[in-house]
Amino acid sequence: MLKQEPLFRVARFAPFVVILLLSVPVLAGLLGTLLPAFSYLPALGRDTFSFDAFRAVFVEPNIWRSMLLSLWTGFAATAISVLIAAGVLAAGFGTKGWARLTRLLSPILSVPHAAAAYGLMVLVMPSGFVARLISPELTGWQTPPDILIPNDPWGLALIAGLVAKEVPFLLLLLIAAIGQTDASRNLHIASALGYGRLAGFFHVLWPQLYRQVRFAVFAVLAFSATAVDVAIILGPSAPSTLSVQLVRWMNDPDLAMRFTASAGAVVQLLLVLLLFVLWMGLERVLEFVRKSLEISGMRFAMDGALTASLRFAGWLLTLATLGGLALLALWSIAGLWPFPDAMPESYTLKAWMRALPAVMAPMATTFVLGVTSASMATVMGILCLASRSRSKPASRLFNASLALPLIVPQTAFLFGLQIAAIKSGIGYGMTALVLVHLVFVMPYVFLSLGQAWQALDPRYALVAQALGKSRTQTLLRVELPLLLRPVLTAFAVGFAVSAGLYLPTLLVGAGRLPTITTEAVALASGANRRTIGVYAFLQAVIPFAGFVLAFALPAWLFRNRAGMRAA
Amino acid sequence: MAELGNQQTGLTLRSVSIRLRGRLLLDLDAHVTPGSVLTVMGPSGSGKSTLLAFIGGFLDTAFEAAGTVLIDGQDIGGKTPQERHAGILFQDPLLFPHMSVGQNLLFAIPSEIRMKSERNSIAKSMLADMDLDGCFDHDPARLSGGQKARVALARTLVSKPRALLLDEPFSKLDSALRQQMRLLVLGLAKARALPVVLVTHDPADAEAAGGQLVTID
Repeated sequence: MLKQEPLFRVARFAPFVVILLLSVPVLAGLLGTLLPAFSYLPALGRDTFSFDAFRAVFVEPNIWRSMLLSLWTGFAATAISVLIAAGVLAAGFGTKGWARLTRLLSPILSVPHAAAAYGLMVLVMPSGFVARLISPELTGWQTPPDILIPNDPWGLALIAGLVAKEVPFLLLLLIAAIGQTDASRNLHIASALGYGRLAGFFHVLWPQLYRQVRFAVFAVLAFSATAVDVAIILGPSAPSTLSVQLVRWMNDPDLAMRFTASAGAVVQLLLVLLLFVLWMGLERVLEFVRKSLEISGMRFAMDGALTASLRFAGWLLTLATLGGLALLALWSIAGLWPFPDAMPESYTLKAWMRALPAVMAPMATTFVLGVTSASMATVMGILCLASRSRSKPASRLFNASLALPLIVPQTAFLFGLQIAAIKSGIGYGMTALVLVHLVFVMPYVFLSLGQAWQALDPRYALVAQALGKSRTQTLLRVELPLLLRPVLTAFAVGFAVSAGLYLPTLLVGAGRLPTITTEAVALASGANRRTIGVYAFLQAVIPFAGFVLAFALPAWLFRNRAGMRAA
Repeated sequence: MAELGNQQTGLTLRSVSIRLRGRLLLDLDAHVTPGSVLTVMGPSGSGKSTLLAFIGGFLDTAFEAAGTVLIDGQDIGGKTPQERHAGILFQDPLLFPHMSVGQNLLFAIPSEIRMKSERNSIAKSMLADMDLDGCFDHDPARLSGGQKARVALARTLVSKPRALLLDEPFSKLDSALRQQMRLLVLGLAKARALPVVLVTHDPADAEAAGGQLVTID
């Protein structure tokens, strides 16, 4: 056995610490939800099991409609997101605009769900920007039409809001996956055989790609069916989706409602499992269709129009998200802005002056939480990767625990975690918040770091060691500087995830440690659009700053090193 | 090569064998005297590079290796890669892109040499020996292919290696440059009395090296 350097002796334990930090909160949280769901909570004087809480869930009027809404919006949002992400990749991969579109992906991904949802709202609502652009010339509307968007009863606005955020997520993972295949040559062979671009992609690449992103698709299913913040802003309100109803119960001053909320969370967990089963059915059907087409030899060579419209869809989604944010900024400084006018008549900083004093504390909380959890996750990730690259391949347990917080619906373990946090004495403080943020931040940071680590030529480290440098020196002076950009990007990703977290912050902070995100979502019920503009704009800009740092710092440090330019 | 025991100088491979999932990749006994070359030839995928990884101390744990490696009579088996001082050159120069040419060399000079001025002068005179005067502050990415190869060699040499491991180091150079680099590397190894293990699939490399030749398949 070779002697271990101190840093690497510590690093060997990092994976186990990560497994504990991820699995303990999730599993303890699940237990903490399950027990009260069956009416067992000695702290509130209930020490017998019963189904009373479930009965309470199902006597709630419209509960079936809420459940159906959750199923429908989750399934539809996922199916549409996968379809668009795959279509945009198939149509755009290797084309001229591709590099430009992919560069916009990370910043778009960093936009918190709530800010993106508000952006979409001010874009498409009856008095929104799109309606203003075409009124009164095309529509004849002098006053906003009486249509319920967002919050339409079918959840279409909610689906659109989810799709706008999930497509860039899936695309980013698909792009990482396509880098590991011999994509362009495979596509050339398919087109040389006479297959259209989309058919070639579908037959040759999709099966390989889907296998690699399948896990992420299930994460999207779980998220879409249980999202709270987007559903509050864009979703139907009477009845709302199950997730919104659950949070309402959870925040009810009557503590007895906690039992109903917990039982509801268990019902939601079962709904997500049902969704998984339905999705696996869909996978089978589609694979059967693909196989039949494969042996039929049909070429679908005339796909120009479809390809063009898919590319257009990619740009439309990108522009809708970015345009929505620009529009929020415009609203925040708009003075008088009567309906059919496309632009405000006057501008004022009144909304900012009013909001700024109130927004300082939440901003500071957001910042402290984000920096703490993202830097802890980044350091943990580096230690895990540095110790792993030279020993055994990734353990299954490690990967499973990283997957846990993405697959288990948030409500199912956060409700229990809130109770566990109080019972364990950690309470509602900053420590508890950092720990719960870590649960959500680590998977994304590790994903981002892992890809960069794999892409680094391992021979650089070998050269350094052959030159007589220790592993620690090699890590600090060669590997980390070479990976500075991806390490900072991983940090920025973590910061963005933390800054955008709504439900964990709300529940574990118990409303006492508001962040810009919890404050922004709280405005959904009836605040004025200018205030929403201020909050949502700030919410979008904070995480974006992380990406600017990840881009600018290496660019400045390595300004004289052509070999360190971004790929 | 008759004398055995601990006083022997050079690189000794004693019953070295490397296997992958039970399959024998190579099996070797050799002694490389200072300044001479052991050439290992074989097609790509034959596992010949694993020999260099074994000597250098970074063989992937997927391989099973046995045997003893001695440098100047000293068993280096239990040592970490950084304690072995086996300078390695790959087919790519692998200059650290975040450092200047001079910083690449300074990084390689052993830390026992403390004085900054001395470290600088070692780096600069090595660059001068390689016909790279004035490149100290240059960005390695902006050098020509031949210059990069020479910086890589310079970086290895200033680290005071006790042996030189060459992993097809000339295969990516164009043919005129290739012969030039061969002569430079082999000449310097001889002048500094370094034992060399050269892994290649190019018969011209073996011919230029002259010494012992082992062919594996």
